Amino acid sequence: MRSDYLLSQLDVLEAESIHIMREVAAEFERPALLFSGGKDSIVMLALAEKAFRPANIPFPVMHIDTGHNFPEVIDFRDRRVAELNVRLVVASVQESIDAGRAIEETGRWVSRNRLQTVTLLDAIEENRFDALFGGARRDEEKARAKERVFSFRDEFGQWDPKNQRPELWNLYNARIKRGEHIRVFPLSNWTELDIWDYIERENLEIPSIYYAHERLVFERDGILLADNEFLTRTEEEQPFTATVRYRTVGDMTITGAVVSSAATVAEVITEVAATRVTERGATRADDRVTEAAMEDRKREGYF
Amino acid sequence: MDILRFATAGSVDDGKSTLIGRLLFDSKAIFEDQLAAVERTSRDRGEEGTNLALLTDGLRAEREQGITIDVAYRYFATPRRKFIIADTPGHIQYTRNMVTGASTADLAIILVDARNGLTEQSRRHAFLTTLLRVPHLVLAVNKMDLVGYDQSVFEEICAEFSKFATKLEVQDLTFIPISALNGDNVVDRSANMPWYDGPSLLHHLEHLHIASDRNLIDVRFPVQYVIRPHASSDPELHDYRGYAGQVAGGVLKPGDEVLHMPSGFSTRIKKIELAGREVEEAFPPMSVTLLLDDDVDISRGDLICRPNNRPAAAQDIEGMVCWMSAERPLAARSRLVVKHTTRTVKAIVTDLNYRIDVNTLHRDETATQLGLNEIGRVRMRLTQPVFADPYSRNRLTGGMILIDEATNTTVGTVMITDAR
Repeated sequence: MRSDYLLSQLDVLEAESIHIMREVAAEFERPALLFSGGKDSIVMLALAEKAFRPANIPFPVMHIDTGHNFPEVIDFRDRRVAELNVRLVVASVQESIDAGRAIEETGRWVSRNRLQTVTLLDAIEENRFDALFGGARRDEEKARAKERVFSFRDEFGQWDPKNQRPELWNLYNARIKRGEHIRVFPLSNWTELDIWDYIERENLEIPSIYYAHERLVFERDGILLADNEFLTRTEEEQPFTATVRYRTVGDMTITGAVVSSAATVAEVITEVAATRVTERGATRADDRVTEAAMEDRKREGYF
Repeated sequence: MDILRFATAGSVDDGKSTLIGRLLFDSKAIFEDQLAAVERTSRDRGEEGTNLALLTDGLRAEREQGITIDVAYRYFATPRRKFIIADTPGHIQYTRNMVTGASTADLAIILVDARNGLTEQSRRHAFLTTLLRVPHLVLAVNKMDLVGYDQSVFEEICAEFSKFATKLEVQDLTFIPISALNGDNVVDRSANMPWYDGPSLLHHLEHLHIASDRNLIDVRFPVQYVIRPHASSDPELHDYRGYAGQVAGGVLKPGDEVLHMPSGFSTRIKKIELAGREVEEAFPPMSVTLLLDDDVDISRGDLICRPNNRPAAAQDIEGMVCWMSAERPLAARSRLVVKHTTRTVKAIVTDLNYRIDVNTLHRDETATQLGLNEIGRVRMRLTQPVFADPYSRNRLTGGMILIDEATNTTVGTVMITDAR
């Protein structure tokens, strides 16, 4: 490999992500890294660790806590943050609701997904963050396929897809005015398979729910949801035990499981390589609202 | 497995989306739910067949207007390579988006409709591709099925394009006759065109030699960030001072004598670290950390090179500009912010030499300003030096972006021809 000075695709992606993270650390005063406990933010955190070694990561980690979390993920988050010696900022959707800043949705899909935007924007303002790393990838969704690595947000946190800053070579325009901020996506060019290949290569620990396990689930609109305290089942929605794993990690209310026996990273990679459905298509109720659901939410200031 | 980044240029009418759709579909990078969504939307709109353009045109406005507005990035892999497609819009009003997509591309595919032959648009795309110095160019003559797979049609277009290409600095040019709709010569060689003895498009993309495209001769290391751990607990780290950055050119090894710019001070590389691990060499595009023998005062925006091979510390820049702002034109006396590698300085445009007609390549020397999507040659004076090479020598140390100081938006880009 080295004789012709060519790097593997994971090495190229890693180099690009590290470059982006160092650029942010150099150009912004108060960056933070959005950490959900999902596999993408785990890879992002691992890259941040690498980018600044042997120094500590020079920015805090922020979790937008909906209160509808998988407990395994919260345990993982706390352990990882302690290991890395980084500061954790938790912004709570429940607190936004209690303060009257957000109104709980009602009905069958009682998701707090959309409410996160309120909490996120409030936390950005309160902490005066000027750059936020997000783990979104362009292969996930068609609106994201068009978003810049440095994605400008105005003082209302809004994304304007028609007015994005041109991004050439490895030059990123980090200039903003007070009150505005940049969302930075260092994993833009990674695919789901790259993420898993990297988890395997780097031997990264991920929450147990990514691997096959037995769980009490019920089916709703073709999605397998965990039987949990936040959702009310109807008569027809009878819970049953299945061997499942999660392809994405979001709220318990909207994240579906897939039937799987993949219990190791290698088995997950085999499964992902053979799958014919995108991870969001398979498991996310939040993207099913309209054809442009993601674009609309991003315009409002979503991740 | 390595990565090939390529840009596609052409309009929907040339079959660009069909081609991308086919590459993605045949390499199994389109998933069933994506295809189902596109089929549903096509049906709802009363369109015949599945409109594969909907796969790439993701924004609401693009769907409404049926055009590609912005660069969309798409991914697929074969057992040989991972591919990143920058799918760029073809219309002249989106020239800046095409320039953006081409800036990082190893290869560009220009699509031509076999029935129409070369158009103004294909000439413009070829010009922009060479302006951005995309090292490899493929002219894909599409819709061969609609001209009866006629060899003479293909060869006529090739001859015409070759003649036009002599006016440009094309480094590597390949012609491929295809039918994106039927899949002829896209993944497999087509039985419909036995007269064509070249590779299929995918075969060409998979086997193209790109290792020599990077500059591995001129060592260029723009310092991005200085790593100084503040851990008093570990005495080992007390004096640690690492210079972090992405290698823009050349090969660096421990023990190499290097020179720091702007100071001109020489020292040696003590150690190279990649993510905390020691490595034996560093080359583009690795992001590494250099530790040096001597304590030199080095900060972000500085550059490390070899003593006998250094870039210009330039305050006078000449180059080709692509202007990207609709709000304000570029003209002599325009004041701007320049970002070059890791250095940001102020600049004033001293002269607009000419504006180039991107369709005819005619140079208008009477032009006094550049508007949105216009390209011209300018001279600029910087408040502080940047460490620059000609763009033809190195895309990273030869390119810079222009930023409007009042709005902070990126308003243009410069490909440096001369730095002093």
